[in-house]
Amino acid sequence: MKKVIPATIIFIIATSFALQQPGGAKAAIARGKTVYENVCLACHQPDGSGVPNMNPPLIKTKWVLGDKKALTKIVLKGLQGGEIDINGDKFHNPMPPQESTLTDQEIADVLTYVRNSFGNKASMVTAAEVKALRAKLK
Amino acid sequence: MKNTLFLACSLAIAATAFGSDSTKVKTHSTAEVTRDAAAITLPTGFRSVVVATDLGRARHLTVAANGDIFVKLEKLKDGKGIIRLHDANGDGKADATSGFGNYVGTGICIKNGYLYASSNSDVYRYKIDEKTGTVDIGSEQKIVTGLVDNNQHNSKSLALDNDGNIYVNIGAPSNCCQVNDRVKGSPGQDPCPILEKAGGIWQFKADKLNQSYAEGVRYATGLRNVVGLDWNNEVNELYVMQHGRDMLFQFYPELFTQKEGAENPAEELFRIKKGADCGWPYCYYDNGKQEKLLNPEYGGDRKKVDRCADKTKSIVQFPGHLAPNGLLFYTGNQFPAKYRNGAFIAFHGSWNRAPEPQAGFFVVFVPFKDGMPSGKWEVFADGFSGFTSGASTGQAKYRPCGLAQAPDGSLVISDDNNGTIWKVSYSK
Repeated sequence: MKKVIPATIIFIIATSFALQQPGGAKAAIARGKTVYENVCLACHQPDGSGVPNMNPPLIKTKWVLGDKKALTKIVLKGLQGGEIDINGDKFHNPMPPQESTLTDQEIADVLTYVRNSFGNKASMVTAAEVKALRAKLK
Repeated sequence: MKNTLFLACSLAIAATAFGSDSTKVKTHSTAEVTRDAAAITLPTGFRSVVVATDLGRARHLTVAANGDIFVKLEKLKDGKGIIRLHDANGDGKADATSGFGNYVGTGICIKNGYLYASSNSDVYRYKIDEKTGTVDIGSEQKIVTGLVDNNQHNSKSLALDNDGNIYVNIGAPSNCCQVNDRVKGSPGQDPCPILEKAGGIWQFKADKLNQSYAEGVRYATGLRNVVGLDWNNEVNELYVMQHGRDMLFQFYPELFTQKEGAENPAEELFRIKKGADCGWPYCYYDNGKQEKLLNPEYGGDRKKVDRCADKTKSIVQFPGHLAPNGLLFYTGNQFPAKYRNGAFIAFHGSWNRAPEPQAGFFVVFVPFKDGMPSGKWEVFADGFSGFTSGASTGQAKYRPCGLAQAPDGSLVISDDNNGTIWKVSYSK
């Protein structure tokens, strides 16, 4: 009986992932890695460690692991520079908005990748969530 | 007991040294300093002493005639933005540390009895007695105010000439003056409106209060971002190191390979005369073609020179994205003859080489004769990053930023990662 419960949970999680993302979490992370390398890596660096004072790190910060909507909004709309504060350190470079360059699926994939890489562990971001927020911010 | 005695002595010395001018931040024994055995590599005959550690974001620095080192911080330490380091026993290590000035910034310089320091929008000065290193904090005057500070490239580095003028870098808050900064495909603004108030060097009077753009002179333009600059007293001219633009490979993969994007454009050393236009944002120096060319945002194709033909040419070019943050012309007698009147440049290391390995994190030397380079540049001090290749800048242990010359001819180097200060000396 004890073994059945975890198996059920896994089944439910797997099913819900499959419903949300084509190919599930693994596939989303793999696709997201490609997006990251093409669009994000130059500034945030191959290991997500960013650049002191310039480009914020993506490792275990509340910006990455916290509110998915706030994170997605940053990707869609960009930042002027200076808004991100991590333990009193500010980051000066602007973040270019990606709303006209990346699809809902690409944004969902890259955020899922970032939230599950560089030592991060957090829930997935779905294309539906990005789509809803994109519509709301229009 | 010994420790207690030593501490008491240190405190007494510190109290004497800083009785009149400073709020005490922290007094520490030399034992604390040596725990950080920072191994930087130097040419034969040179050795380094760690003067201080853990100052935080230690940007530029300057040394008074008595040997006291003043460091400008980009992040307040115990509420202070300028740190004074005093070596009481002459072993090179700071025995007493104190601070003043409640603003962050980069620039700091001593000239004719005044200590000048900058925030990211203003320039202040204080009376200093160089014989004792005593600063009269109450004498603080704001001499320049209201300069552009829009996050990106906001360091206001300082240099003074011998005619009562101060030179302030105002970096452009932009990569290449695109309509939408750092957005792929966005065209360059032409003319670039940023150049009216930034992207150049401004000249002000060193002794006049509350000057801003109306009182200043745009001494040189077309400089994206300068952090390292110095007045060369041998030829009486200003020299500046420009940080070149980013994203050539990411925005123009049809023109630049990934490796070419890491090596381009050059980080450039300019010898500046009044009225110089060094070309940003219209032009960049292509290390592959060894020529100043039109930027792709302005129709460039890695061949067109166009309007760049008339721009001021740099006198030394370095590989891309090394981030030159400190420039110093060496005028001392302690180092061997070849170093006299030559330039030391501190390269901070940067980011736009990724996924190619990051580089920089060293201090280089360029030999000079009569104000012009007389040989190839060479690495002088290295080993700051703590890694050989492949790592990200965020993993660098130290990042060289400021350079200063001590009265005994030693070279002082700052690191703005943790706030380590080294003093480099030579003996046969």
